[in-house]
Order: sequence, then C-alpha cells, then structure tokens
Amino acid sequence: MNLVTISGPPSSGKTAVILKAAESLMKRGVKIGAVKFDCLHTDDDLAYEKAGIPVKKGLSGSLCPDHYFVSNIEAVTDWGIKENFDLLISESAGLCNRCSPYIKEIKAVCVIDNLSGINTPKKIGPMLRMADIIVITKGDIVSQAEREVFAAGVYAVNPSAIIMHINGLTGQGAFEFSTLLYDENTQIDTLKGKKLRFSMPSALCSYCLGETRIGESYQMGNVRKINL
Amino acid sequence: MSQQELLQYSPQQLLKIYPFLESFFAGQNWILKQNHQQKLIELLDQLDEEQQEDHAFDKADFIEQLHDFISQMEAFVGQKEKSVETLTVLPGNDKSGNPENFEQLIFKTKTITSIVGPTGSGKSRLLADIEWVAQADTPTLRKVLINNEKPDNSWRFSGNKKLVAQLSQNMNFVMDLSVQEFLELHAKSRMAANADVLIKRIIDAANELAGEKFLPETPITSLSGGQSRALMIADTALLSQSPVVLIDEIENAGIDRKKALKILTGEDKIVLMATHDPILALMADQRIVIKNGGIHKIIQTTEGEKAMLKQLEMADQKLQNLRARLRGGEVLAEA
Ligand SMILES: Nc1nc2c(ncn2[C@@H]2O[C@H](COP(=O)(O)OP(=O)(O)OP(=O)(O)O)[C@@H](O)[C@H]2O)c(=O)[nH]1
Ligand SMILES: [Mg+2]
Ligand SMILES: [Zn+2]
Ligand SMILES: [Zn+2]
Repeated sequence: MNLVTISGPPSSGKTAVILKAAESLMKRGVKIGAVKFDCLHTDDDLAYEKAGIPVKKGLSGSLCPDHYFVSNIEAVTDWGIKENFDLLISESAGLCNRCSPYIKEIKAVCVIDNLSGINTPKKIGPMLRMADIIVITKGDIVSQAEREVFAAGVYAVNPSAIIMHINGLTGQGAFEFSTLLYDENTQIDTLKGKKLRFSMPSALCSYCLGETRIGESYQMGNVRKINL
Repeated sequence: MSQQELLQYSPQQLLKIYPFLESFFAGQNWILKQNHQQKLIELLDQLDEEQQEDHAFDKADFIEQLHDFISQMEAFVGQKEKSVETLTVLPGNDKSGNPENFEQLIFKTKTITSIVGPTGSGKSRLLADIEWVAQADTPTLRKVLINNEKPDNSWRFSGNKKLVAQLSQNMNFVMDLSVQEFLELHAKSRMAANADVLIKRIIDAANELAGEKFLPETPITSLSGGQSRALMIADTALLSQSPVVLIDEIENAGIDRKKALKILTGEDKIVLMATHDPILALMADQRIVIKNGGIHKIIQTTEGEKAMLKQLEMADQKLQNLRARLRGGEVLAEA
C-alpha cells in the first residue's frame, strides 16, 4: 500500500483536489481509501463515501489535530493494509500553523489556495516548508499576476518542492497530480519506527489540561509571557 | 557553493553575492531577527532548542533549502533560457479512443489560434496537455513538443516557470494594493530588470485598452470590469514569464479587443483563445474545432473570412456607437 499525507489550511481545497485525483486513479484500477483528521466537525467523510471511497474520520476535539494525527495514523495505516487498499490518503486540516503531520519517507502534500493572502506562505511554517508537493488551488478566480506572485512566495518558503496549480472545481491539473501520488513499487507495511519530519511543540500548560480560570496563580507548566 | 561553504558566509555577504536571496530570507522568519554580519554557522549555533521551536525551524532543513534555492535561482537567472518559438501538438485519441485526424498542430509565437467547440468537449484537456507538456502520458495520449524537441520536465514541476498564463472572465484582483504597488510586487517576484520602465509601460498600455483611464494610485480592487481586464492583459503581456497565453473569451465591453490581442502578439506570445464570438474567432490566424475530446479540425482563417471580419467589425462599431448615443440620452434616427 502507498500512503500519502495531505495537509493544508481549512477550506484550501484539499478534499476537492483529492476527489479529482482519486477519480483518475480509480479509472486506472487503483483501490483507494481515505481518512480525515479534523478538530470539531467535518462532512468530508460523506464526500468520500459518495465518491465510492471507503473512509474513516477522526475528530481531535480538544487536542491539536496534528497531535491527534500522530497518535492515530499507525492504526489507520493498519486498517488500510487490512482493507487491501493500493493507496491510503490521509487528509488533515492544519489548524495551529505550527505542527505538520508529515512523516519521513511518506509522501507529503500541502494544499494552499490563492485567496489566502500573500503572507500566508510565510505564516504556515513546517506544513508548507516540509512538503514534497505543494498544490495551489483557486487560481480560477484571481488574476494571472496574483497567481505568479503567490507561487513565488510559496517557492521562497520551499524551493525544493514540486509546485502544481490545480483547479479543485474543474479538476484541471488533477490527473497530472494523480500520477505523482501512486507508485506501484512503493510498499508500506507499517509506520512503526518511522519519524515525524518535524517535532511538534512541547507546550503543555495548565490550560491544555482543562484549566479555565484566568490569573497568575492558575498558570502552570510551560508558560510564556508577552513582551509589553 | 556547497552547503558547508555556505555556512561560512554571513547573510549580508550572501545577499551581496546572490541578491535574489532577499526573497528567500523574507520567507524565513527567524533570519530576519538575526545579526546579518555574523556567519551563518555561528547564527545557527546560537539558536537554542527553544528558539528553534519558536520559529518552527530545523537547521539541516534550512541549509538544504538555502542551497536548493541558490542552485535553482542561478540556473533560472543566469542562463538566458532559449525562448519558446513553437509549440507542436502531435495527435492522440478522442474520448472514444478514435485517433485524431491531423498530422501536427503548430502554434507559433506572435500568432493567434482560436478554439471552438461546445463546453465539455475537451478544451480544458487540450490546455492541460499543453501545460503538462504531455508525452503520451495523459488520457488523450497526445505529445507536445517545444521548438520541435521533446521538452524537459522542469516545465511540469517548477513554481517559477509555467508554460501557460491564463485569463478568464471569472478572474478578479483580490489583493488590497494600488495598481503601482501591485505591479511592483509582481515585477519583484519575477526579479524583472528595469521594473520602473516596465510598470509605466503596463499602465499606459492598459489605459489605452480600457476606455476610461485609471491612475497608478487606484486600488486594483476598485477598477471597473474593463479596466481590470485591460490591466490583466497588459500585465500578462509584459510581465508574465509564460510564453503561451490562454484567453477564455473577452467580453465585448469596456475594452478594445483587437488592441489587446496586438499587445500580446507584440510581446511574442503564443495566443490561444477559447471563444464563440465570430469577431474574435476570425481575428485568429487559425482555429481548431474540438469535438468529443479530440481535435476534430484545424482551419486556417480564409481570405473570405478575413473580408467577412471587416464587415462584422463595421457592424459591431455601429452597434457600439448606437449604444453610446443611447446612453447619452439621444433619440436615434437612421443616419
Ligand atoms: N473557485 C474554486 N473553488 C475551489 C477550488 N478548490 C476548492 N474550491 C472550493 O473551496 C471550498 C473548500 O474546498 P474543500 O475541498 O472542501 O476544502 P478542504 O481543504 O478540504 O476543507 P476542510 O477539509 O474543511 O479544511 C469548496 O466550496 C470548494 O468547492 C478551486 O480551485 N477554485
Ligand atoms: Mg476537506
Ligand atoms: Zn499543533
Ligand atoms: Zn496549553
């Protein structure tokens, strides 16, 4: 089985791009499964099901979704292997901009959209910087110049990645993208022992543990103060 | 320079050798806060775990990215790339698997090709084949040659180098900038030489295309439809690096379409234009008819059609004048 992790800011077009790419792959007879990691709510599982793709969803609730991802991706991978998928796609919404759910030796894709603002590439950190492939969506509604400026910004943050433009609505570019997702010769049997590409923050304060009261005396653990 | 050698320089020294690093450093938050006279290796050594975590930063990754950026940029800036003169499409199959019935389809710089055919007939697939410089590895099995040769893969994967620029009716400016600021930003991202001159030329050209003039200080989001279109076309002609421009219909309002096409061909672009408007279709040197996912016909615009175009343009002019007079409150009478 192949495993691909796809991440990106909320509503950047991850599901749209995955579904279009999956369509091309399924035509070739590739058996696909999906898993969606999100925080509080997602309907993406319905979209995958409707496209005939078996799917699992995981909601992290009060945890950072990327932390939740790491603690669960191994089991999900085992599920994918048991189901005999050729390709398992993990979609996760990058919410905290600090973590990234990428694993060494596992293909990592970041989906980011042209509408998100020229400074976004700089802001989203490891999720963009550590990706192998960067997909830029929603080029159909901004000008050519803005697409070029945005792509240059992305490139400056991650010059090593393959950068592709895909229209999530029409699927233009998705066939081409799909050819990079699946490789018959790649085989993943387990994630045990594999490492994250980038460590997640160690922050653990009393508020992470459920504290709700405000005030110096309630702040414990890893607390940092603003410079005023 | 190797990764090890790079470490022996300070950011300031590196910027002197590679001025293009400005954009790379701008994308790396942590380095902005450092002393730019110190060697990189020292700067990196000073970063403790906590600081690395604060900036979501990994030393080995940084130096690798820096190295990649420099080698790619040197290739990009240094070697004056051989320009694209012709693009050739070799036939594949339509949706039903029937072979396309033509020998080769050639697009040359400075020429216009119109593309006709119902929506969903395969226009986007043709465009995607061109963008991906297909090598019989897309569903149509077409092949695309550049300057009559099999092109290299960098057209597919690089963020800085795209074969096709696109203009369509749905596209709008979304950035919160003035025309001048916006063009400066675009010129900078392209590392264009003599940006000031270029920017002035773009604004002048756009103002010539659009009926109503705008100023460099005008916010791009408050341009009228015609003005936006005009600016997009002038900017694409003069500042986009892509040799091919695809236009998805230009509405017949607020913009001089003939001049717009002239600006693009004048800048050595290969112009492709999806349209059903007879005036635009006949302005092209050739047109291709798409049917059932395949290229059905390639037609060179005939002399007869060119003559017809003259008449159509006159009729169109007449309509436009009537429209203007109506708007001006006149009572229309046959002249
Ligand atoms: N115009 C345009 N809209 C797009 C494009 N790609 C996606 N969209 C739209 O953007 C919205 C969000 O797309 P999704 O695919 O759900 O985004 P997502 O990243 O999966 O979102 P979450 O999983 O909720 O974080 C949808 O309404 C899509 O139809 C595109 O290329 N162009
Ligand atoms: Mg989604
Ligand atoms: Zn996090
Ligand atoms: Zn906390």
